[in-house]
Amino acid sequence: MKYIDEFQDPELARRLLDSIHAAVTRPWALMEVCGGQTHTIIRHGIDQLLPDEVELIHGPGCPVCVTPLEVIDKALEIASRPGVIFCSFGDMLRVPGTGRDLFGVRSEGGDVRVVYSPLDALRIARQNPDRQVVFFGIGFETTAPPNAMTVYQARRLGIRNFSLLVSHVRVPPAIEAIMRSPACRVQAFLAAGHVCSVMGTGEYPALAERYRVPIVVTGFEPLDILEGVRRTVLQLERGEHAVENAYRRAVLDEGNPAARAMLDDVFEVTDRAWRGIGVIPDSGWQLSARYRDFDAEHRFSVAGITTLEPAACRAGEVLQGLLKPHECEAFGSVCTPRTPLGATMVSSEGACAAYYLYRRLDVAAPRLEASPVV
Amino acid sequence: MLSWTCPAPLRDQPRVVMGHGGGGALSAELVEHIFAPAFGGEVLAQLGDAAAVTLGGTRLAFSTDSYVVRPLFFPGGSIGDLAVNGTVNDLAMSGARAAYLSCAFILEEGVEMPVVARVAEAIGAAARVAGVEVATGDTKVVEAGHGDGVYVNTAGIGLIPAGVDLRPQRVVPGDVVIVSGEIGAHGVAVMSVREGLEFGVDIESDCAALGGLVDAMLAVTPDLHVLRDPTRGGLAAALNEIAAAARVGVVIQERSVPVPPAVANACAILGLDPMYVANEGKLVAFVPREHADAVLAAMRAHPLGARARVIGAAVADHPGMVVARTGLGGTRVVDLPVGEQLPRIC
Repeated sequence: MKYIDEFQDPELARRLLDSIHAAVTRPWALMEVCGGQTHTIIRHGIDQLLPDEVELIHGPGCPVCVTPLEVIDKALEIASRPGVIFCSFGDMLRVPGTGRDLFGVRSEGGDVRVVYSPLDALRIARQNPDRQVVFFGIGFETTAPPNAMTVYQARRLGIRNFSLLVSHVRVPPAIEAIMRSPACRVQAFLAAGHVCSVMGTGEYPALAERYRVPIVVTGFEPLDILEGVRRTVLQLERGEHAVENAYRRAVLDEGNPAARAMLDDVFEVTDRAWRGIGVIPDSGWQLSARYRDFDAEHRFSVAGITTLEPAACRAGEVLQGLLKPHECEAFGSVCTPRTPLGATMVSSEGACAAYYLYRRLDVAAPRLEASPVV
Repeated sequence: MLSWTCPAPLRDQPRVVMGHGGGGALSAELVEHIFAPAFGGEVLAQLGDAAAVTLGGTRLAFSTDSYVVRPLFFPGGSIGDLAVNGTVNDLAMSGARAAYLSCAFILEEGVEMPVVARVAEAIGAAARVAGVEVATGDTKVVEAGHGDGVYVNTAGIGLIPAGVDLRPQRVVPGDVVIVSGEIGAHGVAVMSVREGLEFGVDIESDCAALGGLVDAMLAVTPDLHVLRDPTRGGLAAALNEIAAAARVGVVIQERSVPVPPAVANACAILGLDPMYVANEGKLVAFVPREHADAVLAAMRAHPLGARARVIGAAVADHPGMVVARTGLGGTRVVDLPVGEQLPRIC
């Protein structure tokens, strides 16, 4: 427990806040890349405690949110087929595809199972040799290595009834896309600590230099966030743009070489569509040629799916930091966690869900949805 | 603003999903839109955990619950303990001491007889501890593959003492909110065995019958306003239900909510919030301010309330909404859970 309490200490937080308040002389816009950081910020009210000059812009780092609707629809299609056991992390089950979600598929008889590790899905495949077992492999550099390991193991063990529906994405190309946008206001980044614990910090100096933005690798507890903000603001005030690692208890500069080797073996870089944003060059991974047999998209022939995004959903702008969740017309009225238009409202790391769950007292009081009775 | 009398239509859920049984917003919609209109009746309209009825001049509490927990046996308890304590506690939240229970089994073809015997023994033992008699029962068997081994339904009745009137509508701004102990142990204990997760320490369910604790509280004053056992949906759901029904706001101090370190760690790993995790041996009480110190002292003198804490208060602001003051000094809304909590991806 001390590992949590230590990083939520109110007294230390106060000192960091004092330091930030003392350092700030003018407005700055910082983007926290990761949805987990967004939730920490909103859940603990950190944005309420920062100086008015420091604006936190919420980035695209929610793996559930950025998974394209087309991939969700492919998942729904595969999960609906007889003989398939579809395995996923829990928070993908409520993400709406075109018309329904994976919970809906399960209620219609589909065999959809929540697992806590992709290796659990492989175990299910071994236990059910007459069924096809598919794991929904989504996420950033954080979840890609264990998913790669699973495919590696499946191949090594000769398990033929297992496949991966892959929609992995990479953070640095997304940062580049955000900085290239003409509407970009971001002046510095709090980089996602989990991602860097795998990939290290080597991809960031070139970005920091090219766009003259400070990048501070930041953890996920309240004190981590405050320390990241403090270091970022200090750099901005001094006119610097370096890469700093403020999460040294988890992140080595070289990352995790074994995980990176596994990624290099199983995956290859590809262009990837981000939900609400569009295709970003080189921003994703797909299974490399020698593992293509384990690609669920090939095995189940799910090409040609047509998707329909709700017109009212402005999640793409939220993911790019162009819009705060409560500034969307649909927020809290037609779009709620019970009736989400987009993944940002349903994902446990989504910015819209964070605002709805924790902050709607401040931002949406006139539009609260009906509260259920006892 | 909050709509109480004219709720929104049932959402577009063409079929039952797991969330309809999760004790959150979907469960409430099912009751509100399908069951309550179909059944009618003034007593049901109370929509409490137990119904308060008057029969032959006697005030009774009457409640039923079904238990479908997996696995049947878990650290600190079993489906049998839950089936007794759950219903006993629903009655206790009306201030009633449970007197008689019914016990109905739905058994799956093929279940080993020693398993049934273990469940039955657990029910008998829990009933003796709770001071309640199993007076009637029923058994049905379903075909193999149509159940999870053993389902149990219990119903119970008990007397409501004179002068006791526990319901959310009695809550007023200024009431003190007290929780009887550390939260989250039951949900994490069951999850640890069901999902094969190990958290480095043993976490046992808090499953217990709360009738004695409630008696101790009522002995201080019969003027408690409402009691609720925060089972499915956890403390967050219980507080939201009371806030909505009482039309008051609730403010809690997040750092005052007692969470065992092992539960906090497990929740941190899984991305869950302890406020939403189920409990089976805890209660939350809204107590008039003038009685709060004495009630708290009485709770702490009872083994099941030794770690009771004041966690907040009812307020006139933001009616129907629960707000937490965070440890760092910010605020956040504590919402009713939508359905089941889902472990996060990373």
